[in-house]
Amino acid sequence: MNTLQWSDTWYLAPEITLAAFTIALAVLDLMLPNRTNRDLVGWLSLLGLAAAGVFVGWQMYDLHAGGAASAAHSLLGGSYRVDDFGNLLKLAFLAATFLIVLASLGTIRQAEMPIKGEFYYLVLPAVLGAMVMSSSGDLITLFVGLELLSITSYVLVAARKTSGLSSEAAFKYYVTGGTASAFILYGMSFLYGVTGSTSLSAIGQGIGPALADYRAMVYVAFFLMIGGFALKLALAPFHAWAPDVYQGAPTPVTSFLAVVAKGAAFAMLYRIFLNTAMYASDQINGSAVRDDLFLALAVLAAAAMVVGTTGALRQHHAKRLLALSGVANAGILLVPLSLDVSNLHASLFSEFFYYLVAYVFMNVGAFAVLSVIAREKGDEAVSAFAGLYHRAPWTAGGMTVLLCSLAGLPVTGGFFGKLFILFGTVQTRAYWLAALLLATTVVSYYVYFSFIRQMYMRSGDTDQGLRVPVPAGIVIWLSVAATLALGVLPKLFMGWIDDVFSILADFLF
Amino acid sequence: MLKDIPVLSLIALIPLAGAVLLLFLPGRRSTWPRGVALAFTAIPLILSAWLFAGYEPILGGKAFAEHFTWLSIPLNAEAWGPDAAVASYRLVFDYRLGIDGISLPLVLLTGVVSLMAAIASVHIRKRWKTYYALFLLLQTGMYGVFLARDLTLFFIFFELTLIPMFFLIGIWGYFGREKAANRFLLYNGLGSAFMLFAFLILIATLGFSAEAATAGGNAFSFTGDYEVLLAHLSDPNAPANIAQPGNAMYLSDSLKWTAFVLLLIAFGIKLPIFPFHTWMLKVHTEAPPSVVMIHSGILLKMGVYGLIRFGAFLLPEQLDAWAPVLATLGVINILYGAVLACAQKEFKLVLAYSSISHMGIVLLGIASLNEIGLQGAIYQAVSHGLISALLFLVVGTLYERTGTTKLDELGGLARSVPFTAGILLTAGLASLGLPGLSGFVGEFLAFLGLFGSMKALTAVGALGVLLAAVYVLRSVLGITFGPMPERFIGMKDARFVEALPMVALAAVILVLGVYPSLLTDLMQHGFDGLLKQLSTKAGG
Repeated sequence: MNTLQWSDTWYLAPEITLAAFTIALAVLDLMLPNRTNRDLVGWLSLLGLAAAGVFVGWQMYDLHAGGAASAAHSLLGGSYRVDDFGNLLKLAFLAATFLIVLASLGTIRQAEMPIKGEFYYLVLPAVLGAMVMSSSGDLITLFVGLELLSITSYVLVAARKTSGLSSEAAFKYYVTGGTASAFILYGMSFLYGVTGSTSLSAIGQGIGPALADYRAMVYVAFFLMIGGFALKLALAPFHAWAPDVYQGAPTPVTSFLAVVAKGAAFAMLYRIFLNTAMYASDQINGSAVRDDLFLALAVLAAAAMVVGTTGALRQHHAKRLLALSGVANAGILLVPLSLDVSNLHASLFSEFFYYLVAYVFMNVGAFAVLSVIAREKGDEAVSAFAGLYHRAPWTAGGMTVLLCSLAGLPVTGGFFGKLFILFGTVQTRAYWLAALLLATTVVSYYVYFSFIRQMYMRSGDTDQGLRVPVPAGIVIWLSVAATLALGVLPKLFMGWIDDVFSILADFLF
Repeated sequence: MLKDIPVLSLIALIPLAGAVLLLFLPGRRSTWPRGVALAFTAIPLILSAWLFAGYEPILGGKAFAEHFTWLSIPLNAEAWGPDAAVASYRLVFDYRLGIDGISLPLVLLTGVVSLMAAIASVHIRKRWKTYYALFLLLQTGMYGVFLARDLTLFFIFFELTLIPMFFLIGIWGYFGREKAANRFLLYNGLGSAFMLFAFLILIATLGFSAEAATAGGNAFSFTGDYEVLLAHLSDPNAPANIAQPGNAMYLSDSLKWTAFVLLLIAFGIKLPIFPFHTWMLKVHTEAPPSVVMIHSGILLKMGVYGLIRFGAFLLPEQLDAWAPVLATLGVINILYGAVLACAQKEFKLVLAYSSISHMGIVLLGIASLNEIGLQGAIYQAVSHGLISALLFLVVGTLYERTGTTKLDELGGLARSVPFTAGILLTAGLASLGLPGLSGFVGEFLAFLGLFGSMKALTAVGALGVLLAAVYVLRSVLGITFGPMPERFIGMKDARFVEALPMVALAAVILVLGVYPSLLTDLMQHGFDGLLKQLSTKAGG
């Protein structure tokens, strides 16, 4: 089945929905008179995201309807896969984008983003790209998804048309993003060269035998790709662009970059590593190549945690601080994958996904609070939070929960997320990684508590109550509730992931 | 009847319920929050008194134990392959509470000191609602720490004390409060990190159990359940004790040492042991007195408890081998604290250094590793908790009136505030170990316990008792007698709300001093398991 059948459209329903909504909303935005509030486009874009989410959910249900443990549906000769790995991540991306768009409705001001309508419909193809990345079984489709996501995010970063900072950020993001794509593509070309295929499963089968002749090429291929992904994920030492871009971009876009763009790059990394790098071992020389590749990931993760956390110590600008916290969190998210698969430890995806979802909620919630404050104050420094406790005690309380989750304090989703990842490292006896993870967590207390100090212990210039727009309020409280729920009852979610996801059916094919 | 209700959960969770209730009450005036806080602080104390009455040492408190599986997180079992026939592969977190002769005295201490601190919080002047909500949250953390019998649960409660304490210091403290709060957070966060690392090592090795094949296959699980860990420790067939190449669950000697040193540092920061003590000086001077009562009275004791509960019980050989090291650290603590206490000009710092000195005696008791010494350690912990709470209560009362705690600015207070000065004198005497008051019993037992094995160290450590007399009398007499600055004339003595907790604490100190078997009887069988293990190791 190497051609697309008419009946396959059902499996592509979520993607098609998003594409259709993008086009319809773009046309609508052009036709609407200038005076009309573009919030209408925003609500419709929410509808599109929700519809796509429903389709994904439906497909998940379908996959498991037969009572079979898990079955993947592959299209176009395996280049596109509808499986649980993809579906879970798609749901996370759609939900995160939904929350981000909802929080921005009524919160971003016209001056902040003159082309609001474009933001609302451009975010759809960006998610579409992320979804393609998490669902592909072929290097070509993976790369197409990556580019779709990247190119739309370059535009989104520049959405503050009148701000020089925003244009600078967009330019930087464009250059670094382009470089990253180039590295990834170059690495992929080597993989194609040694195995003669772009299909991940074919590469997986071919890479072991190819090692005998092309050992060096395999290293080159993977290290080029690792470099590219490190740049995309803002892992240290490839993270220098992140603070500038996060600061320059409008807050909802920043939030999108921190959560969805990062998650999508991880999805792609998982696809490639668990399908190809896993098999990069031969009988003659043991499994040195595979071990080296996963070790490289571990080193990157460690560097990101250390550099991100220590860098954030000196930041006074909230968005730059959260950018560096994102660097550290990307490092944490990379830890499970870098531990490799063994019989003792095979739950790397559940650990990763649990922390990713916790991270989505704490980050989206924190950015929503930040945008509500910046909206009134026009200032995105950490000191803009001063006296928040007196102005809006409940919002301050909610933010405290989100910050505790970021810091990994109980009883929040962030705590259990980190705990599961830590347990994985201890189980596989990667003690150095566990030690670094713990050490950076302690340092991060100081970082995140700088918000808390401002909110509770300093007084701001005004005691006037803070007006929280209803949609943003809903997002903040949903995030807080989800963070606490993940912290009190991690079993529900973790159990569900385990029921749905199967490492044998989704990878290692 | 007592056995049918989950009394331990009630003790731990009632303060939390109070904190939640407070959020929904008006907070413009102090009346409501204060009333609720007092009520929800008193109930756990009454319940623990009830426990005290119904406790039978021989049972080890098994009657009150509560246990259910809180979380059973599935790990991916597929990669084990069909040969292993793994039906379930899980990471289990238990909700297990229990009480024994070691934790019961500390639970009682928590109840008494918390209630007194709640009463003494009358000096708090702003944001009552938040203050009392955090105060109650802190109590849940403290009770939980002493009651939890699962490593993860213990850790969660331990961390739970961190956040409210940060706020209590940082919002209601004195001038340098933010710095003190930060330092508190970082040091204790570091301690928790060390602890979590050690705990995870233990869970991943000692906590692994492979249950025999059932119909569906083998059931593998990791757990932090304290009882399971203890059982695996002495079971030669537990995977953790099988030294076999490729056994990923083997708890090797080097791993045991790693875990032990990690735990020693973790609880050493809390205790505090000498080089890790700087954070607590700041907290002592900058936090409001009612919070210091909790901090010095209870939080430091969490270090003692943790060291005994996990360091001693789970890693007895390591502790045994390092007993001289612990004793040396204890002696250093005693002398360092005592000498520096003699040189301080600020009364709160005298008390802070005296705490370091007194906690050194606790270390000596632990290092003795015999029943008398260990009982002494717990007794000293309880007694120091009561005495330092009383001392800081007096400090708070005096500061309200004089606006200073500097030794050279205070003097002659016995004339203007005779009652408070009298209480201060009593507390001082208890602190220097006057027979008939609780301080003496703890010190005596700890020294006695250690004397059998390490005579020289005991003798050097006992010098600390002499120095204690010097610094206590120097500062307390300086405050109560001598010339009185004129501005202190006409000061009012302690009000009823201030006097009440003072009298209560002083009474408890006196009763424990006269009638020590109240507590020692409780501890009768508390250390049986540990001592048995040590003697079998020594014998075999």
